[in-house]
Amino acid sequence: MKIHIAHGRVVDPKSGSDAKQDVFIEAGRITGVGAAPAGFKAGRVIDAAGLVVAPGLVDLSARLREPGFEYKATLETELAAAVAGGVTSLACPPDTDPPLDEPGLVEMLRHSARSLDLAHVHPVGALTAQLAGKRLTEMVLLTEAGCVAFSQADVAMPDTQVLWRAMQYAATFGFALWLRPQDEFLARDGVAHDGEVATRLGLPGIPSFAETIAMETMLALVRDTGARVHFQRLSTARGVELLRDAKAEGLPVTGDVSAHHVHLSEMDIGYFDSHCRVIPPFRSARDRDALRAALADGTLDALCSDHAPVDEDAKLLPFAEAEPGATGLELLLPLALKWGTEMKLPLARTLGTVTDRPARILGAEAGQLAIGQPADLCLFDPHAMVRISADTLKSQGRNTPYLGIELPGRVRCTLVGGRVVYEG
Amino acid sequence: MRNPQLNAHGELQHLLTIEGLPREVIVHILDTAGSFVGITERDVKKVPILRGKSVFNLFFENSTRTRTTFEIAAKRLSADVINLNINTSSAAKGESLLDTIDNLSAMHADMFVVRHASSGAPHLIARHVEAHPHLHVVNAGDGRHAHPTQGLLDLYTLRHYKQDFTRLSVAVVGDVLHSRVARSLIHGLTTMGTPDVRVIGPKTLLPEGVEKLGVRVFNDMNEGLRGCDAIVMLRLQNERMKGPLLPSAQEFFKSYGLTAEKLALAKPDAIVMHPGPMNRGVEIDSAVADGPRSVILPQVTFGIAVRMAVMAILAGQ
Amino acid sequence: MQLPDAEQLCTSLVSQLRAQVTPDTAIVGIVTGGAWLAERLHRELGLKTPMGTLDVSFYRDDLGKSGLKKQVLPSQVPFEVEGRPLLLVDDVLYTGRTIRAAMNELFDYGRPARIDLAVLVDRGGRELPIAAQFCGARLDVPAGKVLVLERDEAAGGKLVLQLSAQRRKPSSAKGSGK
Repeated sequence: MKIHIAHGRVVDPKSGSDAKQDVFIEAGRITGVGAAPAGFKAGRVIDAAGLVVAPGLVDLSARLREPGFEYKATLETELAAAVAGGVTSLACPPDTDPPLDEPGLVEMLRHSARSLDLAHVHPVGALTAQLAGKRLTEMVLLTEAGCVAFSQADVAMPDTQVLWRAMQYAATFGFALWLRPQDEFLARDGVAHDGEVATRLGLPGIPSFAETIAMETMLALVRDTGARVHFQRLSTARGVELLRDAKAEGLPVTGDVSAHHVHLSEMDIGYFDSHCRVIPPFRSARDRDALRAALADGTLDALCSDHAPVDEDAKLLPFAEAEPGATGLELLLPLALKWGTEMKLPLARTLGTVTDRPARILGAEAGQLAIGQPADLCLFDPHAMVRISADTLKSQGRNTPYLGIELPGRVRCTLVGGRVVYEG
Repeated sequence: MRNPQLNAHGELQHLLTIEGLPREVIVHILDTAGSFVGITERDVKKVPILRGKSVFNLFFENSTRTRTTFEIAAKRLSADVINLNINTSSAAKGESLLDTIDNLSAMHADMFVVRHASSGAPHLIARHVEAHPHLHVVNAGDGRHAHPTQGLLDLYTLRHYKQDFTRLSVAVVGDVLHSRVARSLIHGLTTMGTPDVRVIGPKTLLPEGVEKLGVRVFNDMNEGLRGCDAIVMLRLQNERMKGPLLPSAQEFFKSYGLTAEKLALAKPDAIVMHPGPMNRGVEIDSAVADGPRSVILPQVTFGIAVRMAVMAILAGQ
Repeated sequence: MQLPDAEQLCTSLVSQLRAQVTPDTAIVGIVTGGAWLAERLHRELGLKTPMGTLDVSFYRDDLGKSGLKKQVLPSQVPFEVEGRPLLLVDDVLYTGRTIRAAMNELFDYGRPARIDLAVLVDRGGRELPIAAQFCGARLDVPAGKVLVLERDEAAGGKLVLQLSAQRRKPSSAKGSGK
């Protein structure tokens, strides 16, 4: 069906354009911006007056919990949550059960996701079999099956020999490694940032250098192997500095941060709020401010949801025993907008952190609003407030410190491949 | 954020931590405990204040000693006391913490005394029973977080022997990192206006940023004890005596054990406290533990009165 | 309303009691008004046994409603209760609940030979079968009003009856009806 999106404020972060224009869609692609293509006859006109028309969001880390954790969430619920949040492409980490370490599993996941026909799902393959950190996976075959990168998810890989060899092997074929740096030994038993709040509440801490020591090891190996490494969900000021220096040095590295982490700090744990039990932990306000600034200046390439739906029972536990994670797909846009407004950034730059920039890391055709691009779009009202509540979240996970809070940015319509998949 | 231990009228609904307790509430507890000390010295050591009330001792972590003091305190207030060692019952069957609480609430419990290995567990329970204003939660020690009745009995002891908190130097010595007793006492002392609170220990046993709690940090015990009015020795758990934090109990005793020579550095009338049970020859020398400056046994007596006071005040809200 | 002179009532009580006390009798006053009165009676009657004071807060039957007051004084019973005749003293007798609490507390010290009750004023309104053997005056006080004894330290400890409209806050006073 041909769609005409009329009267919207069209923002394309890639080109930086931000203007009132109409958008024309045919056969799943954008065929006109501003002027209608010759002979265009709309099957549907969407009135986008008062709305921003932006590329669909690209999320570099969203757990869909399938296969293996269907009691926490399913593809169906989480992909519905994705499009309700304006997310049209997402990468899912391999920490399923079994982990995504075999081509057959990846194919099955992609097939199930395609049959739902909601957001595009890009699996990240396991770097090692069973994520056990010992034996490499069949990266070539996994790539053929659709993996966009390889990762250990949140599972440690203490054996640096294996990490070194994995980088060499990945570099041979030009595959990217997505790694969340954390020294397993330093983080052992830790559940919160090793700082004043953990000290006050008597929570075992994870020091900042658990992140940076692991990062420095990884950077040394990148220097030697030339492997492309994307650092996931950095949490510390020093980690950001390391990334900045590595980029200046010319190393093939990028980095992202989770949407919750650019807003919250250890202080938000309050009286043991288990919604603030996340990985990596919310760190000091100084770290948080460094993350915010680094995302604005481009040191950090992307903002991700780090979506981790957790069932309620697993959160109704003492802080240290509660399962870590926060639901994020439906908060990514509001939290990005909140950050952009607070940093006084132009809308196109704010949206770049959740569209064009992550799309480049993903290597997917996504995140741009231009003629010839797939018609993956998100139409939202930037001024309407959304109250985050258990009743309104589409995700099966209602776990976020923002429950009961109002955030800016209400998604009105999401299109994937020229098809309206969500209207709210 | 509302203090979860106070009700809408600012009265004590639960005792979860000393942190954030108004000074008047602490004074009320200590004053009331003073009246109970008299009662525990009578032939009939009971008052009928909690008659007909059910106090559940929920010990998710074993501690015969603490459980016994709460049991005695509740019985002296004429309450019915039910002891549950949960680690040996429901938890093993997979029942969740809050399921257990729901079950016991349905049995018309009036008070839960909770000991749990995980910091914040009593807060979780208190939040869960919010709909039952007649239910009170007393934290009997959670993880490394807090042990408020121990902190209060330490305050009672200090006030008993030293009267004025605003002129005191108090040194807390040993494994502060893992100690809920230390955290509760430090919050209590700072709330009561104690100008000089010191923590003494090796860097491996002092938590990150401990000075932000309002204490001075010493690694050298001799320096830290100089001129102080009270010394609170912390218990060193067996499993921590050898490992990545400490090489051996002997070496710990050499640097941080309280001996008569080290005690001589404190004021001549300084008192020595210990939450018990003591490791003689590890954190404290027997000659000091049994010596004239030790108030370790009176602490135990005051502990009963303080727990009676806490329960009586909670039951009165 | 016109309140009687507490000092006169006190004198009348002393004369009623003089014939009744034995060398063994111990006098116990209920904090605070009763204790002031007991102090006076103890002195005027020239009793040898040291007097006792009771703070019955831990024995009250309305704790759940009124809470524990801010300052509970330790009860002082500096004599053997077992087998002794006791004279229990309070300022105002009202519902009888305070007296019940006081008797319960006394029995926790031992089994007295007998207990007599002396009050300055009986204002009626009893909710328990309790009566005062010795009473300064009977007075009708409307329900909802609070009648208490005050001691004027500036006037050398002169005792004065006071009537107030409001019940004092339970957290700062003895609480509900005496």
